[in-house]
Amino acid sequence: MNSPAKTRIVGTSVPRKEGLDKLRGAARYIDDIQRDGMWHGATVRSTVPRALIRSIGFDPRIDWRDFIVVFAADIPGENRIQMIVADQPCLANGQVNHCDEAILLVAHPDKHKVREAVNAVHVEYEPLPPVFTIEESEKQQTIVWGADNCFKSFLLEKGDVDSAWTHAAHIVEGEYRTGAQEHLYIENNGVIAEFCENDGLTVWGSLQCPFYVHKSLLAVFNLPPEKVRVIQTETGGAFGGKEDYPSVIASHAALLAMKCGHPVKLIYDRIEDLAATTKRHPSRVRHRTALDASGKLLAMEIQIDTDGGAYSTLSSTVLSRATLHSPGPYVCPNVRVRSHTWATNTVPYGAFRGFGAPQTIFAIERHMDEIAAVLKLDPLELRRRNFIHQGETTATEQLMREPVILDKLLDRALAESDYHARRSRFAKENPVSTIKRGLGIAAFYHGSGFTGSGERNLNSLAGVDVTADGNVRVLVSSTEFGQGTNTVLAQVAAETLRLDYEDVVMAPPDTGIVPNSGPTVASRTAMVIGRLIERASMQLIETLRKEAGLPEDFSRGEFFAACDELRASTGEVVSLCRYDAPPRIYWDDQKYRGEAYPAYAWSVQVAQVAVDTITYSAEVEEFWSVQEAGRVIHPVLAAGQIEGGIAQGIGYALYEKVLLQNGRMANNQMTNYIMPTAEDVPPIHVFWEELPFQHGGFGAKGIGELPHDGPAPAILNAVKDATGVSFNTIPLLPEDLFAKLHASHPIEEPAIV
Amino acid sequence: MSGPQSPIRLKVNDQSCNVTVPPMKRLLDVLREDLHLTGTKEGCGEGECGSCSVRMNGELVNSCLIPVLQADGASIETVEGLERHGVLHPLQQAFLHCGGAQCGICTPGMLMAAKHLLEHNPHPGLAEIREGLAGNLCRCTGFMRIFASVLSAAANSETTHAR
Repeated sequence: MNSPAKTRIVGTSVPRKEGLDKLRGAARYIDDIQRDGMWHGATVRSTVPRALIRSIGFDPRIDWRDFIVVFAADIPGENRIQMIVADQPCLANGQVNHCDEAILLVAHPDKHKVREAVNAVHVEYEPLPPVFTIEESEKQQTIVWGADNCFKSFLLEKGDVDSAWTHAAHIVEGEYRTGAQEHLYIENNGVIAEFCENDGLTVWGSLQCPFYVHKSLLAVFNLPPEKVRVIQTETGGAFGGKEDYPSVIASHAALLAMKCGHPVKLIYDRIEDLAATTKRHPSRVRHRTALDASGKLLAMEIQIDTDGGAYSTLSSTVLSRATLHSPGPYVCPNVRVRSHTWATNTVPYGAFRGFGAPQTIFAIERHMDEIAAVLKLDPLELRRRNFIHQGETTATEQLMREPVILDKLLDRALAESDYHARRSRFAKENPVSTIKRGLGIAAFYHGSGFTGSGERNLNSLAGVDVTADGNVRVLVSSTEFGQGTNTVLAQVAAETLRLDYEDVVMAPPDTGIVPNSGPTVASRTAMVIGRLIERASMQLIETLRKEAGLPEDFSRGEFFAACDELRASTGEVVSLCRYDAPPRIYWDDQKYRGEAYPAYAWSVQVAQVAVDTITYSAEVEEFWSVQEAGRVIHPVLAAGQIEGGIAQGIGYALYEKVLLQNGRMANNQMTNYIMPTAEDVPPIHVFWEELPFQHGGFGAKGIGELPHDGPAPAILNAVKDATGVSFNTIPLLPEDLFAKLHASHPIEEPAIV
Repeated sequence: MSGPQSPIRLKVNDQSCNVTVPPMKRLLDVLREDLHLTGTKEGCGEGECGSCSVRMNGELVNSCLIPVLQADGASIETVEGLERHGVLHPLQQAFLHCGGAQCGICTPGMLMAAKHLLEHNPHPGLAEIREGLAGNLCRCTGFMRIFASVLSAAANSETTHAR
């Protein structure tokens, strides 16, 4: 087994690169930036879920000559924001398909006046019948998208599911549902756009993927690539919520800037951001599972349906990851997964940490506990009997070449949480207490990097250069939004180049400066881009040895002297590397078979939950998470990712409900969309098992999304353990607990003395 | 914002600042737009998230809920005033080393809430820290490293005093 190589910087918790600026209040987020002569933009949005636009009226009490108004007809290129399919207009043209869809844009030098103007635009509609749920959409009685309301479907098949049922000792069925979830990054979406004939378009913004925005702007403005420049500003949280949406808001601000001839700032307030931007896809997952008498899986039939909202955006790729994570970390000879993502007349659902996996992992991990109950088997034992190991194959027939240590992760989680002793204690205490405590577990994997052939198609380019003033710069379009990109990539470069961490800086995240290292998504940065930076750094050393006489063993001074020499002869010191797929990676997009991901991160989590049978509240009291995600590059940042992901997962399970009324988010305020606060999060204990992955940066695999996958099933399994009642839908709110617990065990009101 | 303007006297981070602004302009906007102190952030605009937390006459307030007229004559502390003569405040040091800041957008408000807590309770227990920071939302950290930062800052200021 690989053991971590000895390193000086990798594996240590150096201060984060941009940390000082953030702590001084000096970091410049988009709303902190002003441009000379800047105007302010705002968006007029639909108030109905689906309708033809009959007319647009402008209140005569406003002097519209002071404003710039942009309509769909002003778009110089294509009226499309295309992530995968070209179905979403940049501005509605004659028809709206969801509430809060952008219809037109206004700009004015005074940001207060521009708000007044939005309220003075009156749109008249001719309503069309809307569809709001997966059930309505799949019936296909009202068609709201394409020929059949279906954005995408997948079929994954292994073995022969149909003939497995007859010789099964047990067949267990279940249905599991998850709700929408809002990212609730604390910084709302925002951009500034500027246009001039000579330089073209420049957009600054809070975003994850500068080159996604760049590509969108090329299409909307019909400009050549060198006339569009996208610069990421300090970004106050993203979680996937700034993967696809910035293409929309950037296009809007740029249209206003082009028409008014001034820089335009377009910033959403919280109410607008919550109402109009993407959320996590709601889902319904059905399982039918065959097992033999010993509890070994014989066949799994899984049906996944997700709500994609009004336009396709990233729904097909979210569905793909949902599909590939749905069978869980188990071996099963016969698997069939059918999945569909459906159109509804709601704001399009989009990327969110986990990207489909939290939905289907909730289903399988809740379902495993239901199976265990039917088989009268310990849920831990049922999992152990079916865990996948090295040398076995997944549902896509991917051979697990690397070690898989689920048993070890489970053992460690049980030991660290003192699982058995706690359960015995609760078994004694629960019968005599109105507070019922329970423990629940979840075991799961998260595929690192893009799915299937995705990384090969991205063909990422990244590297390092050394400037004349002695700065070693990391050249990537991979962005920092709190997770630690800057720090981790600088560590990798400094380690490989045998320099100090302080010698390395990040080149500005500006499409005019850095190469396209792909989007900052899919838990790919430390593993895929980290490896590119490691390779580019090694390549630079080789070049310096060949071209500038750098000795085999070199000092910091010799390194920079060699750089000066190389610069004098060739004009620059730069080293770029392109993605090189690990060997034997094969993926069949048609059959959905092969190496679904280049690597997997694995985790076992334990939740301790207390259910109060008087108030019907469920509270997570303590949480343990053990994971194997390759080499840990930065222990403090890595633990921060796990803890933050778990807190978000606790919110997903117990607090965060997106309430839709007529297709519009009704609780679009922080007052009534409830996330866990400092008083709600339990102590979270994080433990690592490190198995370096040779194709990841210094052995890293992805960790960003992994921790969000497990809390919801672990928590609902703990609720079952505590109360004996199964809950299969999240979020699980006190009213849901009341409805089912009260029905099953009516509790007498305590006597008032 | 148009309409009548009022002269407002503020002392911000120990410096006198006089502005003439609409009296109902939010203290948050006066700090950010008129005084160019953009360290204080807006997260929700309704007093829920605490990103705009500043101290006003020694009280912790959400500056998005304060019409500037109400702050006339007040002493205001913002994140920009934490560092003194190039030396980071113990809380800033602790957040940097314990991983208390990730995306950083809640950090200025969180620091002000933590400073307020430590001034009233120099050695808080974990439960007191959780309560003291309950009005400041962080979506990145899950709060664990923020708690650790505050505990560490409290311990460090103790050793500083001991010297």
